[in-house]
Amino acid sequence: MKKFNKIMSVVMASAVTAALFAGCGNAETGTPAADSSSETEAANETASASGVLKIGGIGPTTGSAAVYGIAVQNAAQLAVDEINAAGGINGVPIEFKFEDDECDAEKSVNAYNTLKDWGMQMLMGTVTSGCSIAVADKTAEDNMFQLTPSGSAVDCVKYDNAFRVCFSDPNQGAASALYIGENAIASKIAVIYDSSDIYSSGIYEKFVAEAGNQPFEIVSAEAFTADNKTDFSVQLQKAKDAGAELVFLPIYYTEASLILSQASTMGYAPIFFGCDGLDGILNVENFDTSLAEGVMLLTPFAADAEDELTQNFVTAYKEKFGDTPNQFAADAYDAIYAIKAAGEKAGITPDMDMSAMCEAMKAAMPEITLDGLTGIGMTWDASGEPNKAPKAVKITDGVYTAM
Amino acid sequence: MKKIKMTKTAKNNLITYLMVFLAYVAVQILLTTGNISSLMKGLLVPLCIYVMLAVSLNLTVGILGELSLGHAGFMCVGAFASAFFSKCMDGMMPDGLRFLFALLIGAAAAGVFGILIGIPVLRLKGDYLAIVTLAFGEIIKNLVNVLYIGKDKNGFHFSMKDSISLHLEEDGQVIVNGAQGITGTPHDATFTIGIILVFISLLVILNLINSRDGRAIMSIRDNRIAAESIGINITKYKLMAFSISAAIAGAAGTLYAHNLSTLTALPKNFGYNMSIMILVFVVLGGIGNIRGSIIAAIVLTLLPELLRGLSDYRMLIYAVVLIAMMLFNWSPKAVEWKETLKEKYFPKRLSEEKEVK
Amino acid sequence: MVILMSFISYLINGISLGSVYAIIALGYTMVYGIAKMLNFAHGDVIMVGGFAVFTIVSTLGLPPVLGIFIAVVICTALGMAIERIAYKPLRNASSPLAVLITAIGVSYLLQNVALLIFGANTKSFTSVVTFQPLKLAGGQLMISGETVITIIAGIIIMICLTLFVNKSKAGQAMLAVSEDKGAAQLMGINVNGTIALTFAIGSALAAVAGVLLCSAYPSLTPYTGAMPGIKAFVAAVFGGIGSIPGAMIGGILLGIIEILGKAYISSQMADAIVFAVLIIVLLVKPTGILGKNIQEKV
Repeated sequence: MKKFNKIMSVVMASAVTAALFAGCGNAETGTPAADSSSETEAANETASASGVLKIGGIGPTTGSAAVYGIAVQNAAQLAVDEINAAGGINGVPIEFKFEDDECDAEKSVNAYNTLKDWGMQMLMGTVTSGCSIAVADKTAEDNMFQLTPSGSAVDCVKYDNAFRVCFSDPNQGAASALYIGENAIASKIAVIYDSSDIYSSGIYEKFVAEAGNQPFEIVSAEAFTADNKTDFSVQLQKAKDAGAELVFLPIYYTEASLILSQASTMGYAPIFFGCDGLDGILNVENFDTSLAEGVMLLTPFAADAEDELTQNFVTAYKEKFGDTPNQFAADAYDAIYAIKAAGEKAGITPDMDMSAMCEAMKAAMPEITLDGLTGIGMTWDASGEPNKAPKAVKITDGVYTAM
Repeated sequence: MKKIKMTKTAKNNLITYLMVFLAYVAVQILLTTGNISSLMKGLLVPLCIYVMLAVSLNLTVGILGELSLGHAGFMCVGAFASAFFSKCMDGMMPDGLRFLFALLIGAAAAGVFGILIGIPVLRLKGDYLAIVTLAFGEIIKNLVNVLYIGKDKNGFHFSMKDSISLHLEEDGQVIVNGAQGITGTPHDATFTIGIILVFISLLVILNLINSRDGRAIMSIRDNRIAAESIGINITKYKLMAFSISAAIAGAAGTLYAHNLSTLTALPKNFGYNMSIMILVFVVLGGIGNIRGSIIAAIVLTLLPELLRGLSDYRMLIYAVVLIAMMLFNWSPKAVEWKETLKEKYFPKRLSEEKEVK
Repeated sequence: MVILMSFISYLINGISLGSVYAIIALGYTMVYGIAKMLNFAHGDVIMVGGFAVFTIVSTLGLPPVLGIFIAVVICTALGMAIERIAYKPLRNASSPLAVLITAIGVSYLLQNVALLIFGANTKSFTSVVTFQPLKLAGGQLMISGETVITIIAGIIIMICLTLFVNKSKAGQAMLAVSEDKGAAQLMGINVNGTIALTFAIGSALAAVAGVLLCSAYPSLTPYTGAMPGIKAFVAAVFGGIGSIPGAMIGGILLGIIEILGKAYISSQMADAIVFAVLIIVLLVKPTGILGKNIQEKV
């Protein structure tokens, strides 16, 4: 063990030294002021010296939530490239860097700190709600502007420096219940939700709360968990036995694709109704889209929408990354453009310090109107919530059609 | 060797304490002069947490000799118990006092769980014990995920279904919200507190190892039947080691809960993945070697952060490095090779060390 | 009547899920029984098998039979390579935990390699089973073709393995190695070769399990194998780890318990129920249902 200790000590010592140097690296390469008292100052000086706006992004690019993080990373990069090609924000090019958080709050804070060391001036993140809440605490402390593309839990935008592009969970739950009730789609409804997921359980709760005011009845509400999401036969059987005409799925499309195929094996064919998490189901590689026939969802984005903006985005994304973009990608793309719009409104320059930039952005956000992928004429409240209308779409013949 | 055994262990322990102290001083100097990156600053508390977890698991795995795959479960209990307390008492008592109480509650809750779980479980052996501890860890995580506690003027409300069934009054506040966990726990954990806790953990464990009780525990590890035959109360000592280990994990959980503003029981942070990660620290650092655990916990926590430059290949390289380190440290051939290498280049130092140690 | 019908239907679903666990558990228990190590990477070898078939059948458009055959070959080679590179050097390490940790490293490695090659997006697996579900009681109950195939495959594999271990020379060598490595070596048994063979068989079974898992639950990601792997490990312990029929029984029981627990107790607490039953079984029978009780000698 003695030798081992020696070796490990050497490894550790070099690792720690490397870490420290990594921290100072920015300062050294950017300006000679390596002995600056605060690393953020040093970082800001770096940014001003090179004349770029540094925007950071955080999300899971490994682990089981990687599909969402990678979509955000790709789409944001796409938006950044487009903006840079068109001259940047106020004539200043953007530099974008994305860090992995493995969908873990602690890793997310690490990623945030890494980006701060890099000299990040604004944060476009994080992708998932839990991480977003943890990081929002840190951005509020540093007064850094934060725009999360897809952090939908209420607490994600608790502080006034944080905004979001997606709908909040309660908003979606209530909107779904309202839509089903108003259009009298069904009278007996079953819910299958992921009780271990913040997004899913958040929507579920508001859906149930709103359902009390609606002319339908929830006949079965069954959950599954992150560790138990291969077999849905029980949940479906219960819905079937209770005579549900509509199954509400406030979940992501990965699990939904399994639910659809298992329902079809069972010979159970209710109406399936979902939220924005269901978007992407048609693009699951090799998925039999006939299973999704008749599925309805409230989503602000549809990859096969006809409008020019969506078409261009989808084509460019496919060309570059070989995948069809999902909801998360669209949110991230809009997030970068929202930053651009607000940045131009506020007249930010890269030599502003982080806090001043945040104040300017905060003031500008409620004043902008953005025609994005996830909504035309989007505006923001000072509270951080977006105002946009969800579109209800129905899948017919393997494509979305507006309802 | 036997004659100088006491001085050897005392010296060894002293080195460990000194190492932690020097690390603290070094970091404090860096902090005051501002020569530390944000990343490192943010990692200081997590490092303390992982060191505590590794050291406490080493008590179970290395000293007691039982494989536990449910250590994250105890951390989870400590984290939720203390966060619940802090959330209820926030603003009702001074912050420092509240955190102290939260810490005690977190450690005590985890310790009690350790005893409750230990009584049935410690009858089992080897891999069966491992799987049952894994099962307990998963049960704890699963139950926390369906636990809803709210507070209103009528007192506390509990539910195992959803927050609607709490039937809270208008002024009610949901404190533990199932999968959404506890949000807005006060941010109390600092590096100084972390280091103090690491110090206390080390004091408890190193003193236990070198005490009469500790020797009894190790005798169970080395030969249970022989230990039993000389009148050592197996159950008592097993439970002692197991619950102390759990309590320290609970204290680490408290630190975890008060470091981030969101506390959720995900497979990632409180599932078997985390338990295994802690086990990796212990095994890589050397089973039974407390100082090794500290170093391994630090190295393996820093490694993925330092590999961020590799972007997409980060976790891949991390896995390769982990396998390589394991092979290098544990394979008999590598051990032999290191031995000969050492003999060749440092023959003098080796003999000196032998005398010292 | 409705209650009885839904109970039978739950039972059938439980058997379907259990048969998948069972087939994975067979591979687990095989490796554990002989090499005495918890191969945490087993679940990820299953994932590799799934991706191999997916690539061959869905992307290249080759017939499924060929796909399964190639997947078996790939997984066998992979299993032997893992054993040779990552496990063999640690066979005589001073603690058995060393190889356990390496297995975890291998598991991370396989997941991340798959993530880089195939991306994180879910792939929908086309079932290799083509025949129609069996309909009972006037169509009210249904047993899917995948379930029938999985159970038949499980039973065939169980019988073959039992015969192989008990009757063949190589199988006897495996038993000998599992009893006492040193003594087996003295008897002229090639210990390294035998353990390599065990991993080869275990990994081939993983490929088959991967195909059946993905056919029954057609969603494929780099993390597909992890959770079923752990569940199958539980199933193997449940049945008595090292026991081949035990793995089969343990798997099916686990599936039934999971489904019934979800149906009649709580769908949120399905995992807690499964694990609680496991703990109770182990406390009553500390070596699982069919596990051998080894008397401790002084």
